[in-house]
Amino acid sequence: MMRYDGGMAAMDPAPPAGAFDESVFVARARQGDAEAFNELVTHYERKIFRLAKHITQNDEDAEDVLQDAFLKAYEHLPDFQGQSKFYTWIVRIAVNESLMKLRKRKSDRTVPLDEPLETGEDTVIREIAVWDDDPERKYSREELANILDEAVQGLRPAFRTVFVLRDIEELSTEETAEALGISIPAVKSRLLRARLQLREKLTRLFKRKGDDVFAYM
Amino acid sequence: MLTCKEFLHELNEFLDESVSAETRAELQRHVNECPNCFVIVDTTRKTLRVFKGVTEKAIPHDVHSRLMKALEKKMAAKAQPHAPPAQ
Repeated sequence: MMRYDGGMAAMDPAPPAGAFDESVFVARARQGDAEAFNELVTHYERKIFRLAKHITQNDEDAEDVLQDAFLKAYEHLPDFQGQSKFYTWIVRIAVNESLMKLRKRKSDRTVPLDEPLETGEDTVIREIAVWDDDPERKYSREELANILDEAVQGLRPAFRTVFVLRDIEELSTEETAEALGISIPAVKSRLLRARLQLREKLTRLFKRKGDDVFAYM
Repeated sequence: MLTCKEFLHELNEFLDESVSAETRAELQRHVNECPNCFVIVDTTRKTLRVFKGVTEKAIPHDVHSRLMKALEKKMAAKAQPHAPPAQ
């Protein structure tokens, strides 16, 4: 039988008091409590939808991924061993579903996730300029969200996916490597490139006026 | 002293504080002495802060409704796995 435990064997520590304790809902859902499963869905659906949208770059595909991920999680809940967090497990399912969507797109001209990317050019720093102290304050919440979405969408899929999992969904390096089926050094290298490229993109908007210093390193 | 290229290779570890105290001190020395790397550290840190500060948007109501409906159907099918044979 197919297992969706993700091979993540470390037990997670208890959540702090007052935080959402998913283990209680997972235990109840495993005993057949549909309401408890719905609580898990309601708690995580935003994150899973955002993750799917970041990877697929498409509302329709993201909705498909959202549905398929939770339906699969429900179906395979008896196989979920509780050795990793439910959240990590559902993220892994959603990542797999999202990547399948990307691969199925015949017209997709993006770089495959397993393509070697060691070109060396992506860590070139082109622009060095001091930012305002709180550059985000110059924009409304919605404007800022759009700016950041656009910046992430501009990354190559291999970098985008690692950045989204590590820095937005806050998975560990090991969990990210496991979810994407790539090595830990590949996660580290892609995360560095993603962060530096996003820094470059945002520098164009957030730099302090009159601080146009360009540098090549 | 480290070169800028060497420093950049360790940038993530420096930002994530996942290096030994000794390596961290060496990286910090470079940042203190190199104005370009100082700016890169500061702006990369701000980049991460800006992304972490954005909360996820609510999902559209119809997307949520369709998800719950699909789950309801799945749950109902699981509750009654064996339909009675037709007479």
